[in-house]
Order: sequence, then C-alpha cells, then structure tokens
Amino acid sequence: MQIHIKNGRLIDPAAGTDVVNDLFVADRRIVAVGTAPHGFKPERVIDASHLIVCPGLVDLSARLREPGFEYKATLESEMQAAVAGGVTSLVCPPDTDPPLDEPGLVEMLKFRARSLNQARVLPLGALTQGLKGERLTEMAVLRDAGCIAFSQADAPMSDKQVLMRALEYATTFGFAVWLRPEDATLSRGGVAHDGEVATRLGLGGIPACAETIALSSILILARETGARVHLCRLSTAEGVAMMREAKRGELQVSCDVSIHHVHLSEQDIGYFDPNCNLVPPLRSVQDRDAIRAGLADGTIDAICSDHTPVDEDAKQLPFGEAEPGATGLELLLPLTLRWARESGIALPRALRAVTTAPLRVLGQSGGSLAAGAPADLTVFDPDARWNVEPAALNSQGKNTPLLGHEVQGKVRYTLVDGMVVFDATLEKSASHHHPF
Amino acid sequence: MVEGRNADLQLSPEGKLKHLLTIEGLPAAVLLQILDTARSFVSVTQQEVKKVPLLRGKAIFNLFFEPSTRTRTTFEIAAKRLSADVVNLNIATSSQTKGETLLDTVANLTAMNADMFIVRHAQSGAAHLIARHVGPNIHVVNAGDGRHAHPTQALLDAFTIRHYKGSFHELRVAIVGDVLHSRVARSEIQALNVLGVKEVRVIGPRTLLPRHVQELGVSVFHDARAGLEGVDVVIMLRLQNERMGGPLLPSAGEYFKYYGLTPDKLALAKSDAIVMHPGPMNRGVEIDSAVADGGQSVILPQVTFGIAVRMAVMGILAGN
Repeated sequence: MQIHIKNGRLIDPAAGTDVVNDLFVADRRIVAVGTAPHGFKPERVIDASHLIVCPGLVDLSARLREPGFEYKATLESEMQAAVAGGVTSLVCPPDTDPPLDEPGLVEMLKFRARSLNQARVLPLGALTQGLKGERLTEMAVLRDAGCIAFSQADAPMSDKQVLMRALEYATTFGFAVWLRPEDATLSRGGVAHDGEVATRLGLGGIPACAETIALSSILILARETGARVHLCRLSTAEGVAMMREAKRGELQVSCDVSIHHVHLSEQDIGYFDPNCNLVPPLRSVQDRDAIRAGLADGTIDAICSDHTPVDEDAKQLPFGEAEPGATGLELLLPLTLRWARESGIALPRALRAVTTAPLRVLGQSGGSLAAGAPADLTVFDPDARWNVEPAALNSQGKNTPLLGHEVQGKVRYTLVDGMVVFDATLEKSASHHHPF
Repeated sequence: MVEGRNADLQLSPEGKLKHLLTIEGLPAAVLLQILDTARSFVSVTQQEVKKVPLLRGKAIFNLFFEPSTRTRTTFEIAAKRLSADVVNLNIATSSQTKGETLLDTVANLTAMNADMFIVRHAQSGAAHLIARHVGPNIHVVNAGDGRHAHPTQALLDAFTIRHYKGSFHELRVAIVGDVLHSRVARSEIQALNVLGVKEVRVIGPRTLLPRHVQELGVSVFHDARAGLEGVDVVIMLRLQNERMGGPLLPSAGEYFKYYGLTPDKLALAKSDAIVMHPGPMNRGVEIDSAVADGGQSVILPQVTFGIAVRMAVMGILAGN
C-alpha cells in the first residue's frame, strides 16, 4: 500500500534529526523522505500536522499472557494495547503456562500473533526446561521456531554451574541470554525495597544486594564464558555502577530498565498501593536518580514497559499478597516523553531508548526514518493529554501506579510493515475490543 | 508522581477521625482527644453498672483473620460496654478458606448493615485496603495488620504512661525486643514521638532491628544495659518461638541472658521506672517473672486501660 504521511515532525533517533517533512511508504518500507518518488500514487494520505512521526517503539518486555493466563489477558487485547501504545515490535518473556521451552508452543504463539496483523512478536525462549534452572532447553531448535534469545524470566537460577553451562551452550550458536539479576535467597520473604518505606510500613524487605550479588555472578560468568548477556530490569544505583564498570572493561553486555523505575520510587507506595508492587521492587529515590544518570550517560541501553497485566482479584489484596506487575504498553510512550522533558534530553536522543537501542540489544540495526528502512512507524500527538483510567486502556491489565493520573502523549497512527495497524480516529473506545 | 495515593484515609477534610488504621498521620490533638476520652471511660469500668448507651443499635463486627483471644475479647467487652451489638467473625474457619476474596467478605458483611469493622490480619496494609473499599458511614479500626501497626495498643500504652508519669515531655522510653516484626513497636514509636517524649530507644540484637530503624525517630542500642540506663519506661516486646534457632537468633537462652528483663537490668533504669508489656508474656524469654510480677510492673493495668481506650476509639469514630 502506498501511504503519504504529510507534514509530520520527523524524529529520527538513528540520524539524530528532528525536522518537519513528508514521508512516503510503499512495499513495507519507507521509500522516500521529502519528495515523493516518481510515479508515487498514495492510496492513503495521513495528515501528520502537529504530530510527531518516529520509528515504531520496540518494547523489550511485554507479557501477552498467552498461553496459559488467558483470564488475565489475551493476545487480542494485549496486541491491541501494543499498537495503541505505538509499539511495533515487542519481546515477550518465556514465563507463559506452559513456559516457552518447546518449539511447538513458540510456533503457535508466533502464528497467533502474526494472524492478528499487529505488532511483531519476538519470543524469548526458556533457558532451562520448565524454567526450573536444571536442564537446558533445545536452544537451537527453539531459535529455529522463532526465539530471539533465551531467558529465565523471573524464575530463579540458583545452580551457578547450570547457569555457566547454559551460557557456554548459548555461545556455541551465538545466542544471547537475557537474565534478571536477583538472588532468590536474599529476596526471600521480601515484597518491597529494604529501605525506609518498608521499615515504616512493616513490609518484608528486598535488599539492594539481592540484585548486586546476582549481577556480580552473572557478569563474572559472562566474562568467563564470553557469552552475550543482556541484563533485565536493573533497579539499584550499585547495579548501574557495576554495569558502567563492566562496559568500560568491554564486556559484551547490555541492560534495560522498566519505565516505572525511571519515574517511581518506594515513596510512591504511599499507604500500601498494590499497583506499586513491582518486580524488581521500586527502590529509593537515590536508586531512581542513578537510573536516570545511567540512561543519560548510556550505561543503561534501553527502556522497556515490562508490561504485566494482572487481574483485579489478584491485585486488590494486601500489598504483600498482591501479584506484582504493572500494565505498561500504553504508558511507555507518554512516560518516555515525560522523562525526556524532565531530564532536558532532546527527543531524537530520548527516543533512542525505545527504538534504536532496543534494536541494537536484539542485534539489529534500525530505528531510523531513512529511505529503505522498514515502515514500522509511530505517529503521535506529543501535546495530547489523557487520563489513565481503565476505560482508556486497551489492555485487560488496568493495574498501573498511574491510575487516575494525567499523562501527555497519545498515539494517532501505528504502522507495521507498511500497513496502518492502529488508527485512533477509528477507535470509539478501548472497551470496543473486549469480549464483553 | 502518585501524590494522591498518600491522601490520609483516616481523617475527614475537617480533621475528624473516620478510621483508626495507624498512628502515622494523626496529629497530637487527635491522640490526646482519644486519651482524654478514655480517661472518662476508666471510671465507667470501675462502676457497678459498666455500660453507657453511646453505641446502642450499632453493629460492630470483629473481623479477625489472625487468631487472637485477648485483643478480640477486649474489643468485644469495650463494644458491649458502649451497648453496641457485637458479631465475632473468626475468618480462618469461614468463607475465606472457601476462596472468597478479602474484599468480597467485607462487601458481604457490609450488606448485613455493619457500622464498624475491627480488623486483625496477618498482612501489613490489610486494614487500609478494607478502609478504601467500605461505604461512607462505616468505620474501620485496625486491631493489628501484619508487622505494620497496632494503633489501639500504642494508645493504651501512651495512656498507661501518662497515668503513671503525668506528662510525656521529659520521658525516655526504651522498647526492647523484636522491633523488626512488631506492629506494636512501630505504632508505639510513632505515638511517643508525636506526643513529644524526650527519647525513644530501641534495644535488640541487629537481626531483630530493621536496617533503617533510625528513620523511625529512635536511638538504637544493641547493648541492653547501656540502653536501659536512666530510662523512665521499659516496654518489653514478645519474642515469638518461630524466631529461635533460625537465621535471626540462635536460642531463647542467649536472648534472655543479654536482652531479657531481669531485676539487675531493670535496676539500671530510673528507680521509679515502669515496666510494660503488650502481652502475652513469654516468662523466662524476654522477661523474668520477678520483674513481671514485681512492684514496677504495670502490665495488668495496661489491660484495664485497654478497654477504656478502645471504648474511646469506638465512641469517637461513631460520633464522627
């Protein structure tokens, strides 16, 4: 389909440019910027005046809850949430039920996702069978089925010898391993950061060293094995410092943080808001500030949503019993814009954290608006304000620390592979996509 | 970013008490109102006919998700002395075990026209969750939520201290024991600081004091003898059996030797210091019988004052 996106503010994170211009899409790609190619006959013209056009957001962690957790959310609702949030590619963790440790499950997930014609789904394969941390999965076969890397999701991996062998095995094929650093024995019994708030509220604390001790082990094993390791969801100042040091030593590592940890701290728990029960926990203001500094100096590569829809029954419980996680696909963009505004970072640079940087983590180039680039695009109104209410969210997960708050930045159009997969002018309301 | 969440659930915009969930956020004036009201109820408990009609016709539900005989009984006695109707729900044996959510249980009981819920739960924050979901004219009293708060205990302890010591301002108060797991300690520290004591000390081995305990506004002592030196009030916390022999403490014997309140340790406090304990006591673990039963102990009066304080709390809430 030939599409002419007119007069938009084109923000190209790869090139670092921010300029108003026209963009032309055909045959799944951007074919030109500025002047239409000879003989171009647009079947659709999108008026992007006062809107920003950028490469589609790439979210390094979004739980789609299929297979297995369909009562929490379905592929339909979450894929709709993704494109409504301007996310054109998303990585889903392997902690489905059953976990993604069999090629058949991966193939089915990819097939289901493809048939919805929305965002690209990039599954992470389980690193160990059943995510139990004992036996390796058939990584090569899983890769052939479509897995882009291997992960333990949030399942602990206490046997370091198995971890070392898993990393070695992955290097055989050049596979990347994604790990969230957490020592399960140190976090045992904890539901919140072991700091001033947990002390006052009488909540079991998870000390920062639960992250840093695990991170230290992973970094050492990465060096020993030469494995390509991506560290997921850092939450501590000390963890950021360790990554800075590791990168200085030219270790092949990358890391991400959740958008919630860029903005929130333990203080936001208030009086036990279960929507602030997250994994890893929201930590101190100093940890949050160190994360911002890590994003500013490039120590932290990417920001993800860590989208985790949780049903109401599992969230509206006393804090320690509530299931952790927050819905995030539709908040990734407005919250990234907020971070850019608050930090005084120009948009081309800020949007790198959710476009070019995640692609680099995935071993891909991209995140550009140059001619020839794939036509995965997000067109959004940077000034539109909206209230975070259940009806405003397409996701079945209404669990967000921002419930009732106003955010700024709304997606108008999302294109994947050169096709418009989301058009805000056609959406009457989010509830139109729910089965009931 | 989420400032709205911190809005105090307990107080109406005019500053009147709607729920009693925690001492946090309550100004001294509210605490003193409760203590002064309790003082008038003390005389009621000493009369022949111990009832006042203040809560006649009101239905008070004791929702105890965690077993407790003493606290529940004192709330029941207090409610009955105010002429209220009391319903006791021991949730461990009721619909909770059939998979009903906490909020569904509360909604069902609300539909039975409850006016007040007295809630005890094993999870910190349970009382706040319930208070956020009850109808406008229903009051929630936290009878203990996990490790977080036990406001009526803190109030009856403050009442006891004021009864024996007159004023709070020059007092040094020592809280000894497992502060880490103690909702009583957290509430007491807050109450004593708001009421303006000179110093609150926490005394215990490192494993029983939260890592950030000093943020609560206390002086920290690991040496019991040093910590007890010159204090006016000693509050002993109960040490639960489950804490022994695990990664927190090696044995009751070692704990008693170094932290148990014995006559010789008590002698380091002021000669007119009072000894308190929220109960039930583990004799020979945190407190020696000679001290528990001795002349400085006010442990039994605490129980009596507890009824008056709980009458005051329920009376004030129902009146607001």
